[in-house]
Amino acid sequence: MALLSIADALKLAIAEEMRRDPLVFCLGEDEDIPGGMGGAFTVTKGLGEEFGYERVLNTPISEIMLAGVCVGSAMMGMRPVADLQYGDFLFCMMDQLVNQAAKMCYMSGGKVHVPMVMRAPCGASNRGAQHAQSLESFFTHIPGLKVICPSTAYDAKGLMKQAIRDDNPVLVFEHKLLYGSKRKEKDAISTIGEVPEDDYVIEFGKAAVRREGKDITIVANLMMSYKALEASQLLEQEGISCEVIDPRTLVPFDYDTVVASLQKTGRLMIVHEDTYHCGWGAQLGSWIAENHIFLLDAPIVRVAAYDVPIPFSPILENHVIPSKDRIVEEARKLMRV
Amino acid sequence: MSKLPNKEKALGMYRQMYLIRKYEERIYYLFLEGIMPGTIHQSTGQEACAVGMLYDLRKDDYMASTHRPAGHDLAKGVSLRGMMCEMFGKEDGCCHGKGGAMHTGDVEVGALVANAIVGGNLPIAAGVALAFKMQKKDNVIVCFFGDGATNEGSFHESMNAAAIWKLPVIYVCENNLYSATTSIALTCNMPNPAADRAVAYAIPAEVVDGNDVLKVNEAAAKAIKRARGGEGPTIIELKTYRHGGHSRNDACQYRPKDEEKHWFDRDPVKNFRDVLISTQLATEQELKTIEKAIESDIDESVEYAQNAPFPQIESALADVYWEGK
Ligand SMILES: Cc1ncc(C[n+]2csc(CCOP(=O)(O)OP(=O)(O)O)c2C)c(N)n1
Ligand SMILES: [Mg+2]
Repeated sequence: MALLSIADALKLAIAEEMRRDPLVFCLGEDEDIPGGMGGAFTVTKGLGEEFGYERVLNTPISEIMLAGVCVGSAMMGMRPVADLQYGDFLFCMMDQLVNQAAKMCYMSGGKVHVPMVMRAPCGASNRGAQHAQSLESFFTHIPGLKVICPSTAYDAKGLMKQAIRDDNPVLVFEHKLLYGSKRKEKDAISTIGEVPEDDYVIEFGKAAVRREGKDITIVANLMMSYKALEASQLLEQEGISCEVIDPRTLVPFDYDTVVASLQKTGRLMIVHEDTYHCGWGAQLGSWIAENHIFLLDAPIVRVAAYDVPIPFSPILENHVIPSKDRIVEEARKLMRV
Repeated sequence: MSKLPNKEKALGMYRQMYLIRKYEERIYYLFLEGIMPGTIHQSTGQEACAVGMLYDLRKDDYMASTHRPAGHDLAKGVSLRGMMCEMFGKEDGCCHGKGGAMHTGDVEVGALVANAIVGGNLPIAAGVALAFKMQKKDNVIVCFFGDGATNEGSFHESMNAAAIWKLPVIYVCENNLYSATTSIALTCNMPNPAADRAVAYAIPAEVVDGNDVLKVNEAAAKAIKRARGGEGPTIIELKTYRHGGHSRNDACQYRPKDEEKHWFDRDPVKNFRDVLISTQLATEQELKTIEKAIESDIDESVEYAQNAPFPQIESALADVYWEGK
């Protein structure tokens, strides 16, 4: 058992998989230049030294090419693990992800498949609107892609290893403020936690119950799972007991765990840093309403980023993305219904 | 004049060119008659590009095509039945009816699913080539694209990557002078939109008469040798012309008549046939026999495809994710 940050847990996962399977390789801009950072967030730093620069590719700043090379090499049996530096750049490679990676298996009638991993650092962190988005909901809308969002070091290792072994394109959303990498960021949360040395994977589609409770079910991912936990502590003092569920993977999504929780609580709150309109919470909320409306004692509440680009000024940024206070406020209202 | 191939190869090339020509003609009529669903982008007039480039590839080499894939697929060895059934949306289609006219292909013979996003196949081909290199295989991939695709960002990004990593990929621009209805002269200031840009990536390039299958084949041989030998990519720009419209709705009224005449007079199939006769590589009788056989193969494939079963409707929900086979 080692104490690792998410950044180091991801690194360990990639390294273990590269040792296990010679077809796994990683690539990205500034992936591991000696003396450099190892991507933008240290995850791939040092991998070149162990695996050589033929398996750790420092690419040009060419996102279309980066994604396309993943698609092509994956179809030929390789298992590329690409790093995008900032998830916002996903839009530069949209064609390759959505029209190519996601559709190759289907269009070929099941003759080819695309086992690739695209790592997308996400979340607001005082960098302004183009280095801030939480885009995971976007990609949940595309059949053929899997979407995961690890928020603890333990999960980061297990989910990343599973992503690399998965035979389909997997987008991994990693929150910048959860990496816990050496370079300290304002508002960062320490995710240092125990990570077993053994070879474990975490199956996709299995949510984690972070905290048990009986009044409100809060489903929250990435940074918001931590905000929800903080809010739950405060609410506990007021006699409101919250169960916090981290879905961990959005495609596939573990509805069962949410339903089981609602059977106890009858109240559902969904919290994400992604914007409100058509965020993944809208899908979860409507699915519950369609299938289990009689479990609910009150309307579903969604707490999400306001529908604006992420502003720079820390006071504005904090206002736009859900805060602990907003969650507490909404929970109190929900209990009054 | 180019060096002549031996008789077997010459006839083999002619067979493929004639197959493509007749296949496309038949598809055209099936569309006109309203028998076939979907859309078409035909390669009639560009047969020498496909056959000249692909004839010397091995089965385990790869090919990446575009929205105009039939010639490439047939030359790479996708079965006629598989193609025809795919056009009819049938279960026996090369993509089990899930691909359609713009996505034909069959990895069993090294033909990737064709790509209907202009420029979409360029980085994918680089990735395929990177995999060959990483796996220390001596395979190569030929990646076709149109003149119009050279104005896509993916073109620039892919050429640059292929060059820096010395990838075993041959990028083949079929410059048929138009992207859909727009003359390439309106959208690129270079006379050779692919080859002239090659210098920007330090990739060797060649401009070749794309209607002369022997010249195309010569250029292909050099590029394949380079790629197999680990010397990296080549850009080949083939000057050619499509005989029909861009797609099924295009009456093609934007092309000057004298330009059309100039190119139609240089019909790649007819010209190669003339070469075979004049050099005595084949007799009239031999060619007629080949042609008849191909025509009856096509009849047979249409008959088969029309009577073949459609896919089970449940299959529409399968293959979204790979479940392992
Ligand atoms: C990204 C993209 N933009 C536009 C189109 C629509 N479109 C299909 S084919 C075509 C023309 C392509 O011209 P070219 O690359 O020269 O190939 P050709 O059709 O001449 O073979 C266009 C504009 C498309 N399929 N993909
Ligand atoms: Mg063209």
